[in-house]
Amino acid sequence: METRSEHAPEHIVPIKTYALICATLLVLTLTTYLVAFLDLGPFNIVVAIVIACIKASLVVLFFMHAAYAPRRTRLVILAGMFWMMLLIGLSLADYMTRALPR
Amino acid sequence: MSTTTANPPPASSPPPKAHENYLNANYGIRSWLLTTDHKRIALLYLVSVTIFFAMGGFFAMLIRLQLLTPEGFLVGPDTYNRLFTMHGVMMIFFFLIPSIPAVLGNFLIPLMIGAKDLAFPKLNLLSWYIFNIGALFTVYAIVTGGVDTGWTFYTPYSSIYSNSQVSAAVIGIFITGFSSILTGLNFVVTIHTMRAPGMTWWRLPIFVWTQYATSIIFILGTPVLAITLALVAAERLLHLGIFDPRLGGDPLLFQHLFWFYSHPAVYIMILPAMGVTTEIIATFARKNLYGYKAVAMASLGIAVIGFLVWAHHMFVAGISIYAAMAFSLLSYLVAIPSAVKVFNWTATLYRGSVSWQTPMLYALGFIGLFVMGGMTGLFLAAIGADVHVHDTYFVVAHFHYIMVGGAVMGYLGGLHYWWPKITGRMYPEMLARAAAIILFVGFNLTFFPQFILGYLGMPRRYATYPPEFQVLNVFSTAGASILGLGYLLPICYFVWSMRYGPKASSNPWPATGLEWQTSSPPPTENFEVTPVVTWEPYDFEHRPDLGLPKPERARPKPLEAPGLELGD
Amino acid sequence: MERTGSLFGHFRDLDQQRETASLGMWVFLMTEVMFFGGMFLAYTVYRWKYHDAFAAASRELNVTMGALNTGVLILSSFTMAMAVWASQMRKRNLLCIFLIATMLLGAAFLTIKGFEYAQKFEHHLVPGPNFNFPGPEAEAQHAEIYFALYFMMTGMHALHMIIGEGMLLILLIYAWKGSFTGDYHAPIENGGLYWHFVDIVWIFLFPLLYLIDLHH
Repeated sequence: METRSEHAPEHIVPIKTYALICATLLVLTLTTYLVAFLDLGPFNIVVAIVIACIKASLVVLFFMHAAYAPRRTRLVILAGMFWMMLLIGLSLADYMTRALPR
Repeated sequence: MSTTTANPPPASSPPPKAHENYLNANYGIRSWLLTTDHKRIALLYLVSVTIFFAMGGFFAMLIRLQLLTPEGFLVGPDTYNRLFTMHGVMMIFFFLIPSIPAVLGNFLIPLMIGAKDLAFPKLNLLSWYIFNIGALFTVYAIVTGGVDTGWTFYTPYSSIYSNSQVSAAVIGIFITGFSSILTGLNFVVTIHTMRAPGMTWWRLPIFVWTQYATSIIFILGTPVLAITLALVAAERLLHLGIFDPRLGGDPLLFQHLFWFYSHPAVYIMILPAMGVTTEIIATFARKNLYGYKAVAMASLGIAVIGFLVWAHHMFVAGISIYAAMAFSLLSYLVAIPSAVKVFNWTATLYRGSVSWQTPMLYALGFIGLFVMGGMTGLFLAAIGADVHVHDTYFVVAHFHYIMVGGAVMGYLGGLHYWWPKITGRMYPEMLARAAAIILFVGFNLTFFPQFILGYLGMPRRYATYPPEFQVLNVFSTAGASILGLGYLLPICYFVWSMRYGPKASSNPWPATGLEWQTSSPPPTENFEVTPVVTWEPYDFEHRPDLGLPKPERARPKPLEAPGLELGD
Repeated sequence: MERTGSLFGHFRDLDQQRETASLGMWVFLMTEVMFFGGMFLAYTVYRWKYHDAFAAASRELNVTMGALNTGVLILSSFTMAMAVWASQMRKRNLLCIFLIATMLLGAAFLTIKGFEYAQKFEHHLVPGPNFNFPGPEAEAQHAEIYFALYFMMTGMHALHMIIGEGMLLILLIYAWKGSFTGDYHAPIENGGLYWHFVDIVWIFLFPLLYLIDLHH
């Protein structure tokens, strides 16, 4: 997996990047707020989750420096997210198939 | 912190300076209660889990006494409900789950990887305190009347209708869960970042691999239990009722959340025992572990697949038949990596130079009993069979075979195996062998009849039973008293050995791991100099430093030219 | 173990210490993902089962306050990231200013949340004996589940924010003493990781709790 000396050199993210990400996050928040007033049927929830995922990714990648972190860190992040999906997905597999004809 | 090359390692570690080791480095209660030395913390855990094991065992004794007669002479049904609940809670959360990781894992992982301590020593101590604080809440629940919901706390009984000390108990387990989480976190980070030079992943002992796999389960599973129990407490105390059927709440939601942790929890209990068994088998067959990479990967496989099978506890609860089929299939899948390990242990024993010291007796017992427990798990994975034996003593026998016949024997085997390293003393070998055999006999007499009882229809968690089941129940109780003796003996002779046992060398068996390259007991900083690892694990053939005779192996004679007689 | 400067005795060097601390915090955050994940499962199941009741209940929430709080937290993540920057640039005063700014924004979030909770109490939307939701009985019962989840999820989130405020205070004290403007700023970075995580939880809570079927 990792070599003995996997030193992530200290990466200093410039202020401009932080400011840009912050602005983007605020714009996306406004977007999600406005889109909620449109009638997209079942896609309302999809759009809301997708925007939330984009916002979360921006925070993780840039504010939390995951974009500059060793591969192991990204593996840890993906594992955590995947496991939560497992919990929700497999449980829903039960709920959503209860009403199906045998 | 200087490093020297140790290639091959010296024949024995340098003699300790005036016997200074982690046990006598400091004296006084504060040096123990405020220690950050992983070895001392391991011993603190040893004391705690032994006490909680005794409590759980006490409840077991009352259960078995009650079941001597069909009408039950000891307690009424309400009290009986509390007895089996507290037995389960104490044994699972306060003994089985912490035992090997917190005692042996804490002690050995830094030694096995060549580190001075775990990544977060203070967090390690905090884990121990959290563990005991949680236990305090649970003990409070016990002494103020106990809990009668079963250790599974199914809603809505636990969240609304039970009049027992559910809140205190779930708060206690919630708190103790953080001890698990922090220990798992400590182990994962340590194994990633603190390995000595040359200790690559493929040179790690299998015990470390299994602890790593176990720690993944600690980290990803325990938080779900935490939130689930918090939700139950919130429903009881704050009326935040999400499991309340009167409001449309689904009791099965609780079960999904509960078993998402509690099934992987059983792999928390068995994986470390498998790791211990692997170490012992290799050492006492004096042979390289067969299929090292397969065993390492199988450990991870068990941890991962173990997260995908939880609803096999819910086959008759009302889940969809399609979900049931999926979970049944996945449950069969999880047996595969376990089987891989069993085959590899067997192959390691084959043509090994086998000796029968106490740890080996436990390891061999583990393999046999684990196979029985595991196979009966496969019967339960078949939905049709499960419908017949669900909530009967068949299930009780199944899980006791793996938790007691498996995990506890692994724990005891490990304690015996590493006792010389931990204490610098040997336990009395003959008495220990006798205890192991007593334990094995007592165990089987206790639990084998329960397979039969369950198949014949005796339900679990019932204070009384039809008279035709009495004979088998009496056998079971008789076995339990023998089993109890088997547990008592090690407690006595281990304590005795700490004062009167013969002093142990640094590598008494001998074995190949890094932990045996330092003195028994080790110095506080584990190694005089940071080791540099250049040898492969379990490589008995290429370790002249162990002082072993060259193994006699029947080797085919080299092919001679035709016409020459063999033997010339 | 002894400690020389920032280096703890059981580590080889500051690099290993930093790597270890960072990995430790990330692993801890994954446990938090699973912890909140359990509640997200409960939410998903009940929203799927009782969609209309959830939508009706959600309309009782103040979307403006929710959106405002989202903005406040995003800004606080920005100031936290700036605090890390200041620490890396060895600017002690700026570091303290950004830590204080983060704390103030966090306090603002909690204050707004407090107003919202007070409103819920007034409108009898707190589950329990005083719960009263206008509407047909079934819908009211399912709405009570919605509000139970609302309080559990936002309450757990608020608890994490309060712990975060405490953590920031401790970091501020040490930052003022100059502990993080030398070679070693891992505590600020890892504290930042925690704070950003709490922000991310809210990023999901906002649309899920506040923005159900607003177009009706």
